[in-house]
Amino acid sequence: MIIPLLQGLKVTLKYLFAKKVTLQYPDEKPQLARRWRGRHVLKTHASGKIKCVACMLCATACPAECISIVAAAEPDNRKYPESYVLDMGRCIWCGHCVEVCPKEAIEMATAYELAEYTREDLIYDKEALLQSPQERYVVEKRKAG
Amino acid sequence: MDAAIPMILVVVKVLLVLGAVLTLVAYITLLERKLLGWIQVRLGPNRVGPWGLLQPLADGIKLLTKEEITVTKANRVVYILAPMIVVVCALIPFGVIPFAKGLGLERLLGGAAERFDLNTGVIADINVGILFIFAISSLGAYGVILGGWASNSKYSLLGGIRTGAQMISYELGLSLAVVGVLMIAGTLSLVEIVGEQSSVLRWFVFRQPVGFLLFLIAGAAEICRTPFDVIECENELVAGYQTEYSSMKFGLFYLGEYAHLLFLSALITTLFFGGWQGPIFPPIVWFMGKTFFFVFFFIWVRATYPRLRYDRVMAFGWKVLLPVGLINVMMTAFIYTVWLQFTGRGL
Repeated sequence: MIIPLLQGLKVTLKYLFAKKVTLQYPDEKPQLARRWRGRHVLKTHASGKIKCVACMLCATACPAECISIVAAAEPDNRKYPESYVLDMGRCIWCGHCVEVCPKEAIEMATAYELAEYTREDLIYDKEALLQSPQERYVVEKRKAG
Repeated sequence: MDAAIPMILVVVKVLLVLGAVLTLVAYITLLERKLLGWIQVRLGPNRVGPWGLLQPLADGIKLLTKEEITVTKANRVVYILAPMIVVVCALIPFGVIPFAKGLGLERLLGGAAERFDLNTGVIADINVGILFIFAISSLGAYGVILGGWASNSKYSLLGGIRTGAQMISYELGLSLAVVGVLMIAGTLSLVEIVGEQSSVLRWFVFRQPVGFLLFLIAGAAEICRTPFDVIECENELVAGYQTEYSSMKFGLFYLGEYAHLLFLSALITTLFFGGWQGPIFPPIVWFMGKTFFFVFFFIWVRATYPRLRYDRVMAFGWKVLLPVGLINVMMTAFIYTVWLQFTGRGL
């Protein structure tokens, strides 16, 4: 009867000196996996042209129906999206749009701090999606106690 | 005038001890949260001040500024009186616990130090110290029971009743655990009990090991700490007797609880671990070190064991602690008598 009680005390004593798992967010940020599904980014060719050919596969595959594309054609008949609107308020971060894209024109970056004050601010247009995500809420790092 | 100065000095001494005790109690709350955090592989509070050191202050301010709610059908007088009883009964016993040998005031005060007992490291060296402690700490149960009753709530009342039952059953074990020590020491004064443990081998923990274990267990039950904290058992009774209390009245109950923890640790140190005695370091350091070892021990136990079921707590008190305590007393008496017969001196 006594031995298990002492064993219990031993276990807790061991954990007293164990490395703590607490992550002091936002002072410390987690190490994200490379394939983390964060905010979307529209990719461009080296020439600066948008990779997207407005095939609508992403909009079709999207289960949340958050992507709406208006297609247009260049003089050489190459299609491109005239507008590409992604509603982050509806997005469920499933990554189907990335998987289905034949041109690898849409990817997901690791940015996850995407909160806004209004729902309207969550609707990203083509220009916003072309820019890589800005790091937000940068706090000076403190030594964890 | 001649009599006034020592009187003032006594008051100063009392205030110093009280201040020290209250500060320590505040920081025990931080210590407990830190240790529980570390054992649960968390960090514990560390946002308020460096290393979380201002956390007790923040907690105190929060408690003081919170809305004070008195239940409509509560018995107002008793409702307000209950937390006061708890705190007072938790603080008074510190008056008889010796925390050092002397304060080194002989040169400063001359004869007055001797005459008014100012130089001893204890506020009042009364010859029934241990009896006094048990009397006062049992009175503390009234605060809890009355608080539970006056709140006019089922949970509070059940918590209060449980306290009453538990205190009665464990007071017996606690007292019997001390009887062995008292028989060997031949005195009820805590100062003399400390004096009796002049070397490590003469510490009562080695001369009364069973008594020490009984005291440790019954003590944990007496101050209602895990695994015996059935009186505030969250999953059955919300918070037990303090369910209907808010603001600083709740804070006072908490203060009383942690003061009890500190007091019990100090008492174990005094009774079984030679009190303030130890080499090299000054007495107060030894006293605090030993006391805080037991504070740590109780927190460690809290982090380890789950709460016992209420009927098991009672059964353990009556069916295990009481018989073992009685046997321990009888065995101690037997050995003591035989020893006295053959060697002509006490143990």
